Amino acid sequence: MSLQKSEALMIAAAVAIGLVGLMSPNWLVFTTTLAVAKALVVLGVVMLMRSGLVSFGQGLFFCIGGYAVGMGGRFWGIQDALLLILLGVLASTALAMILGLLLTRYREIFFAMLTMAFSMILFGVLVKSHNLGSTDGFSVVQWSLLGWVPESGMGVFWLALVLGLLVALFLNRFFQSSIGLACEAIRENEVRVEYMGISRRQVLYINYVLAAAIGAIGGSLTALAAGHVDPEMAYWTISGEFVFIALLGGTGHVAAAFIAAMLFALVRTYAVEFMPHTWQMILGIVLLLIILFLPKGIWSLFTRHRRAAP
Amino acid sequence: MTEILKTQGLSRYFGAVTAAEDINVTITQGEIVGVIGANGAGKTTFINMVTGYLPPSEGSIFFDGRPIKGLGPRKLMREGLARSFQIPQLFLELPVIDNLAIALSAAQNDHLQMLRPVRTTKRLAAADDILEQMGITQYRDEMVTAMPQGARKLLDIAIAMLGNPKMLLLDEPTSGVSMEEKHALMDTVMEIVKRRSLTVLFVEHDMEIVQKYVTRVMAFASGVVIKDGPVEEVLADEQVQTLVTGKRRHTSTATEQGDV
Repeated sequence: MSLQKSEALMIAAAVAIGLVGLMSPNWLVFTTTLAVAKALVVLGVVMLMRSGLVSFGQGLFFCIGGYAVGMGGRFWGIQDALLLILLGVLASTALAMILGLLLTRYREIFFAMLTMAFSMILFGVLVKSHNLGSTDGFSVVQWSLLGWVPESGMGVFWLALVLGLLVALFLNRFFQSSIGLACEAIRENEVRVEYMGISRRQVLYINYVLAAAIGAIGGSLTALAAGHVDPEMAYWTISGEFVFIALLGGTGHVAAAFIAAMLFALVRTYAVEFMPHTWQMILGIVLLLIILFLPKGIWSLFTRHRRAAP
Repeated sequence: MTEILKTQGLSRYFGAVTAAEDINVTITQGEIVGVIGANGAGKTTFINMVTGYLPPSEGSIFFDGRPIKGLGPRKLMREGLARSFQIPQLFLELPVIDNLAIALSAAQNDHLQMLRPVRTTKRLAAADDILEQMGITQYRDEMVTAMPQGARKLLDIAIAMLGNPKMLLLDEPTSGVSMEEKHALMDTVMEIVKRRSLTVLFVEHDMEIVQKYVTRVMAFASGVVIKDGPVEEVLADEQVQTLVTGKRRHTSTATEQGDV
């Protein structure tokens, strides 16, 4: 398997971001870490969107990833970040394998509402769980990475960059693979897919479970970076935010999710700074402009340029 | 000759409406059978029942000696029963080459592969070969939406033939295609069909096409098969001329007008 041009560019971009991170203020390093973590969850949303499904409940897996990190450290004494992330991935995958059996039967608004419903059920359970801090959540205990205990936010920043890059490289191949294209085919015409001998439910199921696993990595990284988890991670507005970022970036390329997540984080940071009471309005206007002028997301700027080139 | 498709007492009801009733058909390997009938006669209902798109209300279906009633499209395709559609069922927003690449990966049972690209050199060469056979190479990298109806029909049929089927059911392969393109389209398809010795059953409204390409015809009217036999015999039948081709009605109307 040889390295593709876009993959080489993504590796170069990750290295460049890592180097810039060394010279950046803490707030920017933290913002970038959270943006990368969010981008992973957004990639799950993008995976589903490519198959014609919109999930308003990806916060479910984001939250499970986060709580797995919190609970793994607090109740089971696991300190290694990679083990904590693995715990989140396993928990999310297990749940997605059960929910996927039901959800892959549904399409359009029914799928969207059901995903949101499951996410809100988790939110409700966590709010009522006093052992887990109820609405306040709880703090994540000090973690380590293969025995090294990071003292600043740089540790999780590097971890997020490496994991983000690995997931991006995997998904770049996935989108070009037979199953990746089968997802797009399902979005286009389910009847033909079945008459080709492809099980649409099997394809959608695998896609859904993978999206959940990747979402959990995002949740785990967020918990490691923020040092805190709370039920808000499963709240529907957070899931809406992931859909917002997915629309912002578009489904044209894996990198779009990272660019959109960073843009979203910066727009929100500055909107809150300059318009603390009406910052949501700024986000709303940005989304409106994107839908009006770039209906296929920010990534279409690059593809449009490529198409225009002789 | 070996029986490939057999239906016994096949019926389909939609509430009080009878779409197809007591259809008993036996098709042998290598036959090219035309299905004719006016709109609403039950032709597509019959095709839909045989290809698992619509469950029959009554009756049984055997394909290659095995009962297939209740099997879905996916399993039937794996059994060797493929179909094309009246309205081509394609992936409109994907390039033509990707439509074929997905179909080829499915035919090779490779569609769950996660890391290997769907566009392998071998697969692209196979897709190019199919495009050439069908005479639609010029649309290779275009979106399906950019193709004219005739080319879409050919792509739809090409995809249906990719899984090396034993039998092909074509639902109105020339509908929506211009008069000039119809014969070229059918020539292309029939050449491949003969080369592969496929059994074909196709629904058609154009009697010229029926006479040219089939040896046997099944005439449908009001959900039942009113005549089944050699093409000349069926088309000459009085009931078929009245209910299906409309020849007799036109003749009698002309005679009446002449009398006046």
